[in-house]
Amino acid sequence: MAEFGCEWNDAPHSMGTTIMAVQYDGGVILGADSRTTTGVYVANRASDKITELTENVYICRSGSAADSQLVSDYARYFLNQHTIQLGQNATVKTAANIVRQLSYGNKSFLECGLIVAGWDKYEKGSVYGIPLGGTILRLPFATGGSGSSYLYGFLDQAWKEGMSKQEAEELVVKAVSLAMARDGSSGGVVRTVIIDSEGVTRHFYPGDKLPLYYEEIAYRPGLEPMTA
Amino acid sequence: MTGKQPYVGQGLEAPHAFTLMPGPTKHTQYPYVTGTSVLGIKYKDGVLIAADTAASYGSTVRYKSVERLKACGKHCLIGASGEISDFQQILQYVDKLILNDYMWDDGNNLSPKDIHNYLTRIMYNKRNNFDPLWNTLVLGGVKNGEKYLGVVTMIGVQYVDNHVASGFGNHLARPIFRDEWHENLTLEEGIQLLEKALTVLFYRDRSAINKVQVANITEAGINISEPYALKTNWDYNAFKNPTVGAEGSW
Repeated sequence: MAEFGCEWNDAPHSMGTTIMAVQYDGGVILGADSRTTTGVYVANRASDKITELTENVYICRSGSAADSQLVSDYARYFLNQHTIQLGQNATVKTAANIVRQLSYGNKSFLECGLIVAGWDKYEKGSVYGIPLGGTILRLPFATGGSGSSYLYGFLDQAWKEGMSKQEAEELVVKAVSLAMARDGSSGGVVRTVIIDSEGVTRHFYPGDKLPLYYEEIAYRPGLEPMTA
Repeated sequence: MTGKQPYVGQGLEAPHAFTLMPGPTKHTQYPYVTGTSVLGIKYKDGVLIAADTAASYGSTVRYKSVERLKACGKHCLIGASGEISDFQQILQYVDKLILNDYMWDDGNNLSPKDIHNYLTRIMYNKRNNFDPLWNTLVLGGVKNGEKYLGVVTMIGVQYVDNHVASGFGNHLARPIFRDEWHENLTLEEGIQLLEKALTVLFYRDRSAINKVQVANITEAGINISEPYALKTNWDYNAFKNPTVGAEGSW
């Protein structure tokens, strides 16, 4: 019985995504695109893939939207209890390991790649990559999602140690927008979250204000091209 | 049975078909983030184990600074190839084992052989439940003057030998070891032998990178080197003009 060609109705919500986090001297910067797809349809063009786990630790989510949301919810729940019992903010390491335990322990059922990053008074800024399978790796910077494939070469060249906050944020915005230019599953706006000893700052870069790359053109108002 | 359908005969692949139980079932997984070969040789004063520091994600060399050699207790070192998350879990099991042993405070501690056996039981048990830890482990240690070097695979196969390898190392490194290993290798000779094998692996294994660590286990203790690069040779005339002398070749 022929369907009406609407497999995208039933395709799981996936975050073909570009996510990234960079450690700089003083804190961390998390960045992400904002596209959520069901098959080829863009279900949400302005998603927020950077989620709060505690006031000092955030998580970037990629892969299955449902899976990453559930893992984040459980992690937030456990961390909330942990913070109460501990009497002070949880460390980034603890948050990352709780996420890892959820990811590793349910590896047959989950399909999500996550990046946990934040600031605590012991290690200052730290970034932990938790790819599919539940491996945990502390890294100076981490990328994830389908768009990250396009960034290996770029970051091999452009990332360097000891970046300032401004350099790091510029790198994140540039990288995420480059990935969005080539990855069909990434797009929309670029969101960044900066976490340091003072707290959390969110920035928003709308899609039409991002730099233009090869073969992209700018919007010009009016009908000039048509009436020339 | 309730109204739920059994999994058998649903046209699913073999790993699912063995059970009649409804609901999610743990089954043979797939590795995602993997390490390649680990090499091990006994030498005059102890055991040397080496591995590169790469972890691949399919064909992408995704992480280039992963330590795949870890000390466990004072006498033992484990190197792993295969799924890194499973290796991290194994390290937690071994840590708990060592801690428990330490808490007895009875003057005894576990030997490399004991740990080797423990790992074998874990790997074999999980294999029997179709839920393996996707690793090949190389384990080396020295206790009371006795040198120990062994392997455990993801299906629970266990053996000891004078020189061992995992993955590609079995095909490329073992033949070199068979030719050149002998019982009285000095530390320098042992390292040179390992580096020879590691260089071949770097040339011929797509998952290998030129950043390696070598661990030295002796009665005195365990020392894992900082990551370093190997010397490679590409400067041959035959490489610069590969088709000279073979008209029509590509």
